[in-house]
Amino acid sequence: MSINRRDFLKTAGAGLGGLALTEVPIPQVKNLINQAAAETQASMLYDATKCVGCKACQVACKERSNLPPTTDLEGIWEAPTDLNADTWTLIKLYDGEEGTSFVKANCMHCIEPACTSVCPVAALEKTDAGPVVYHAERCIGCRYCMAACPFSIPKAQWYSNLPKIQKCDFCADRLANGEQPACADACPTGAIGFGTRKDMLAVAKGRIEDTERYVDYVYGEKEVGGTDVLYITGVNPLLLGLPELNERPLPEVDWPYLNAVPWVVGIVGAFLTGTYFYTHRNDDGKEVHDGG
Amino acid sequence: MAANFGDIRLRHYKVGPGIKFIWIVGALGMAVAAWRWIVGLGPTTNLSDLRGWGIWISFDMMAGIGLAAGAFTIAAVVYVFNLKQFYPIVRSTILTGFIGYILAALTLLADLGFPLRIWHLIIYYNIHSPLFEIGWCVMLYLTVLALEFSPTLFEALHWKVPLRTVHAIQVPLIFAGIILSTLHQSTLGTMLTILPYKIHPLWYSSLLPVYFFISAIAAGLGMVVFESYHSARTYGYRFELNLLSRLTKAIPWVLGLYLVLKIGDLIVSKEYMYLLKVDLASFLYFIEIIGGIAIPMLMFANPKIRNSRKGIIWAAFFAMVGLIMNRINSALVFFNGALYVPAWSEIAVSIGLTCLGIIMFDAAVRFLPMFPEPKEATVKQL
Repeated sequence: MSINRRDFLKTAGAGLGGLALTEVPIPQVKNLINQAAAETQASMLYDATKCVGCKACQVACKERSNLPPTTDLEGIWEAPTDLNADTWTLIKLYDGEEGTSFVKANCMHCIEPACTSVCPVAALEKTDAGPVVYHAERCIGCRYCMAACPFSIPKAQWYSNLPKIQKCDFCADRLANGEQPACADACPTGAIGFGTRKDMLAVAKGRIEDTERYVDYVYGEKEVGGTDVLYITGVNPLLLGLPELNERPLPEVDWPYLNAVPWVVGIVGAFLTGTYFYTHRNDDGKEVHDGG
Repeated sequence: MAANFGDIRLRHYKVGPGIKFIWIVGALGMAVAAWRWIVGLGPTTNLSDLRGWGIWISFDMMAGIGLAAGAFTIAAVVYVFNLKQFYPIVRSTILTGFIGYILAALTLLADLGFPLRIWHLIIYYNIHSPLFEIGWCVMLYLTVLALEFSPTLFEALHWKVPLRTVHAIQVPLIFAGIILSTLHQSTLGTMLTILPYKIHPLWYSSLLPVYFFISAIAAGLGMVVFESYHSARTYGYRFELNLLSRLTKAIPWVLGLYLVLKIGDLIVSKEYMYLLKVDLASFLYFIEIIGGIAIPMLMFANPKIRNSRKGIIWAAFFAMVGLIMNRINSALVFFNGALYVPAWSEIAVSIGLTCLGIIMFDAAVRFLPMFPEPKEATVKQL
């Protein structure tokens, strides 16, 4: 019988008087779902080699969500250089040593999103269908999601005194109606594929195998535990503004500490009680009272 | 029957130019905060999409709560460790802590995008969020601090029944305060652990919760010294040098543990590599470690320095600055994001809130039986 690391840690923890912090009996939260469930989630595959940079997706996105154009001080429209509260997707162009490539920026819809895990009021939610959606009426505006997102996707409406957090919601309403996301629907070259995550991964790997022009890497397959938006590219994805991330889902980084809360309460409480009775063993019964 | 305010009356401490200046600056700061409330965060701050948190979070919130840790530490020393000799500083320390947490709550009201929804923390749950835990701990601890401070008020009003009630639950109350403080002081560190890609490796560590907790104890005690010194000076009574010197004997152990953990962490994680580079990060790291940990540790360890007025104040000052630097470095300076220089209005609100804290403390001293009555020599008719 082989013993894996997790089982070993469990046993070792039990040996240490049951101090294995991961085994505290409080309910696991919803977004720590298993990877298998992600296979059927909605997924988008952006193929940078098929993108011609027409920005039809950007226009469709604005139309679907009624987002105003970002204008300059004189009211003239200018293409924004980065995502903002009114720009949920954006086509950028890389032109450098490894050649040229378009790249589409938008929410990655992580399988285990950092934003939903840090939101104190659960205003961001990872739905079972895949999209990470925002419940504006809950939001308190702490901006922890903006800090926690490894892709820096959530943006605030800085121009408003009721500054909602804004980002791509994967057209959750359209998906519910059996439609494609607006951007995928508008794409004239098929650069934005849409389907289940399992299918999109298969398509991505198939294309990489069939043709020479791809870098042999599906960005989003493993990053921070996997994302529902996947990228295949002709140049190194790290050159396209996609960050270098390891495979560990971010919510799993801080969860052990939060999971330890009942233990901290118990241990500190026991320590205080023990100390209290020890230090008061010879007491004359008279307490010092604040105010007395 | 005329209203009976008991011992709640204006005590005739001198109103110096210092406190007048603080009233004016505090009022100006609150006016700027009101302006921010009317027009929003965008026009009044230099925050942006790639710099969502500014000085209100790193300085007012994170450093402010750290410096308010004296309240639970002193409560533990006096009521749990039963070191009754430190009783004389309990009352003003609890008040300082209480005010510190009120300021943290007010900071949130300035910083949150939807300040009027702060109560959403009560009805919407996400147990996975460190901020959810901090929010709850701070709400509960504010209640505990209010109750811990209430005897001063009840006593002044000669309200016997509430006074007896609070005394009856005093021990569980103190325990609750210590447990809640342990939790949220460390969780402020946990809050940053989910940002491994955003925080400079010299400040990011899996031990962040432990660091935040330990450093808060040391700097919180520093704050106790600092507050005692300024209270004694302002309200004209004796500075409890002897008492504070005995109390701060513990600081070198606390800072020593902090330093050993930090250095061990650097070696184990091989992050000392970042110190071999000559850049702003290694420079500020050395300043923080030497000026904010090693120097106050050595100063408090030296009985000669600890037993001198000047020495203990400077040592306390270094310990406090060490914590403030650490929080600002972790959550702002070495936090990946857009270039950020705080707007004048952000600085004004920060300073205004600090002044408001001093004003609240001053008001408590003037209206409540906090300290011995003002001496004749310092009494000035208003």
